[in-house]
Amino acid sequence: MLKILKYSFYDLIRSRWSYVYFMFYLMLGIVLLFLNTDLSKAVITLMNVIIVLVPLIGTVFGVMYYYSSKEFTELLLAQPLKRSSIFLGQYLGVALSLTMSLIIGLGIPFVFYGLFKSNAIWDFSLLLITGAFLTFIFTALAFNIAISNENKIKGFGYAILLWLFLAVIYDGVFLMFLIVFEDYPLDKLSLFGIMLNPIDLSRTLILLKLDISALLGYTGAVFKKFFGTNFGLIVSTIMLSVWVILPVLRIVYISKKKDF
Amino acid sequence: MKKGVVLLITFLIFLAFNVSAETIVVCSSCKISSIKTAISIAKDHDTILIKKGIYKEYDIVVNKPLSIIGENLPIIDGELKGEIFTIISNNVVIDGLHIINVGSSYTKDYAAIRVKRSRNFVIQNVILEKLFFGIYLEKARDGKILNNKIIGNAVIEHSSGNGIQLWYSKNIVIENNFIQQVRDGIYLEFSDNCIIKNNVSANNLRYGLHFMFSNHDDYINNTFENNGAGVAVMFSKHIKMLNNTFKKNWGSASYGLLLKEINDAEIIGNLFEENTIGINIEGTNRITYKNNNFIRNGWALKVRGACYANSFISNNFLYNSFDVSYNSKLNDNIFDNNYWSNYTGYDLDKDGVGDVPYRPVKLFSYIVNRTPETIILLRSLFIDIIDFSEKVSPVFTPDNLMDNRPSIKKIKW
Amino acid sequence: MVTITNLHKKFGKNIVLSGIDLNINEGGIFAILGPNGSGKTTLIKSILGMVIPNKGTITVMGENIKHNSAYRNKIDYLPQIANFPSNLKVKELITMIKDLRGRTSEDEYLINHFKLEPFLNKKLGTLSGGTKQKVNIVLTFMFDCPLIILDEPTAGLDPISLIRLKEIIKIEKDKGKTILITSHIMSFVEEISDEIVFILEGKIHFKGTIAKLKKNTNQPNFEHAIASILIDNHA
Repeated sequence: MLKILKYSFYDLIRSRWSYVYFMFYLMLGIVLLFLNTDLSKAVITLMNVIIVLVPLIGTVFGVMYYYSSKEFTELLLAQPLKRSSIFLGQYLGVALSLTMSLIIGLGIPFVFYGLFKSNAIWDFSLLLITGAFLTFIFTALAFNIAISNENKIKGFGYAILLWLFLAVIYDGVFLMFLIVFEDYPLDKLSLFGIMLNPIDLSRTLILLKLDISALLGYTGAVFKKFFGTNFGLIVSTIMLSVWVILPVLRIVYISKKKDF
Repeated sequence: MKKGVVLLITFLIFLAFNVSAETIVVCSSCKISSIKTAISIAKDHDTILIKKGIYKEYDIVVNKPLSIIGENLPIIDGELKGEIFTIISNNVVIDGLHIINVGSSYTKDYAAIRVKRSRNFVIQNVILEKLFFGIYLEKARDGKILNNKIIGNAVIEHSSGNGIQLWYSKNIVIENNFIQQVRDGIYLEFSDNCIIKNNVSANNLRYGLHFMFSNHDDYINNTFENNGAGVAVMFSKHIKMLNNTFKKNWGSASYGLLLKEINDAEIIGNLFEENTIGINIEGTNRITYKNNNFIRNGWALKVRGACYANSFISNNFLYNSFDVSYNSKLNDNIFDNNYWSNYTGYDLDKDGVGDVPYRPVKLFSYIVNRTPETIILLRSLFIDIIDFSEKVSPVFTPDNLMDNRPSIKKIKW
Repeated sequence: MVTITNLHKKFGKNIVLSGIDLNINEGGIFAILGPNGSGKTTLIKSILGMVIPNKGTITVMGENIKHNSAYRNKIDYLPQIANFPSNLKVKELITMIKDLRGRTSEDEYLINHFKLEPFLNKKLGTLSGGTKQKVNIVLTFMFDCPLIILDEPTAGLDPISLIRLKEIIKIEKDKGKTILITSHIMSFVEEISDEIVFILEGKIHFKGTIAKLKKNTNQPNFEHAIASILIDNHA
């Protein structure tokens, strides 16, 4: 698996798209910091970018990579390699190269800005960790979609739909649900709803840092425990890990049954 | 001749003062080992010097003008039996005592030091611990409370007392005190013309500072941190609130500053940082908010209605989850030339003022008011989209509620 | 060498292989023929473990291939369409496959044989179809495996390369290896194969030498013999 990972990774970090992605984050970091000079504001803007764009790029890139390397995958399949190592290797190659573009792209301007001397380092690290999680989750979801759909166009369509659903529609439905059932105690349910969507989960993780004052305005005891203690941080991190592990397991599972 | 008489009188007064103002020393091995005894034998204007040691006394009534001064912080232990000092005379000074174990009761408000119908007192450098009420002024005037440290251990609101309480008192200066973990740090009821300056009031169960029916008071340069609510100003007029810090007042009913039924106040140069609600405003008129910093609060301003002719001028609103929330569609308040970190407009003519007005009230704040659980959708892309559409064509938020001249740069003063 | 018993495979409702029994003996060149969609590639891919059969067993050199990947160490496979990661250089790809399968020194000879030296430092994305196929062939023959499977090996090759390919196949055959080939080019098949299998609609219709096929069908010409099987079955 490590060999596949190595080659996928090399292949990707030399691709044009990785550079585009890397440059994008580099520019974003520079623009946010040096044209704005306001670290707190930069972190907030970054958060918006990360929870929307990172999943989108992870999804699109994952699907794209899978389809474009299909023949190569077939070549590998004829080699004495386990299927799971081939797909996990490729998956990790994509996820790691994307994560690296993100972390280095954003990291460079922030380091130059003097991040290590600032209090924002924790907020910033949390952002990067969340970004890494989201990349791993959405690349895995993209691989799932791509493996299950031979048709490229369909695969792309489903991938974009998935992103749209989790990034926007889910929250809309969720909001409607909460408003319609506002007469019932909803705090447990609303936290549960957050757990089911990795984008919401990462958003919550960041809210814990940025908006704790507002979150503590709500009276529910479960909320208080979740947001007022480390409980929320721990649960969110565990759930994000589950969100990585489950799709990865499914990659292994369906790749074993699939015909090429 | 006249000159001679003046000299003589001066001399006589000086002599008389010198003669009468004796110092009585109290210590455990001295002739006088109890404060009560010392007071009973003291004459007016004497000084009682209490040496270091532990004195188990309570219900000490100071009924003549005396200076009671502790040396190296002697401990007065009330053994939870009742009130410790009760001052019923003018011109009393209490200085440098460490008072502990004030009795508590559901029927009587026992205090460490109570001043009753007296004038010209000074209470300073006192440390109060394990107390019910700390310093209690009852119809007192022209006094000073300086450099004291009041450390309570209050847990439940209804069985604990206030740090410094003023009731029908006037012209009191409260300065450089440190108060923590009592019910209200400082509480003023029917007390006018007081100045509260440079105090720190923290970790109190209810309010850091609390005004009820008190007018013409100033509080300046105080810090209120992690209280149930920072400061509550209710049913009062002409209060000046200058350069205070309101910090980390977190909780469901927690505010940096709570304003209720107050008129004609000035709120200038304060810092509201990381409070659940920066200022909660209800039924206030003609208040000027100027040059305040609102940083990382849940809600910087929560306006609950019946607020008229207030003006919010040249404040900085930085990274609050919500800048302003309203619960009605009406607005009679002015927002002008504030800096909003959430402002996304531009300044093409480079005059330092944004060319597009800023609308500080978001649709989402209405939704959260209605269904509080929705707060977990904060900063979701979906919410941003509905907020944006509301911004473009307001339906739920007051039409005229906007800052027409939002500043492009952080305001400095 | 390869034993297939009662192999069934369907994709959705589409039955591709229905009850294939086939025994391929060691040594010689074995051609699998059949019209488009007859299941040739599916059969090959089943042997390689890329397609997972619904029913039936396949053993390669005595090993059941189900849930197994190590047996592929003994197989060289030339896929039909060769498309490699476009950012890798030819040299890197060769190194990589060597890295995955183990050392070999055959690559230098093969690169020389197919005149690939000028392309070694080019990225795979920039190569023409024919050159890619040559790289593909190098990768396949690089390892010394007892079983070689070639899926449409002639696609995109220029005449000179085709001759070279045939040379190599002959050499490998002479070493006593078993070679499995699918091809559409009848002359190529006729020229090199020892035995053929004809598949139609998921079933084996003929297995034997070309001479036997000609005799069975009473046709003097190989192509016509094949055609006659098709006509008989559709008539």
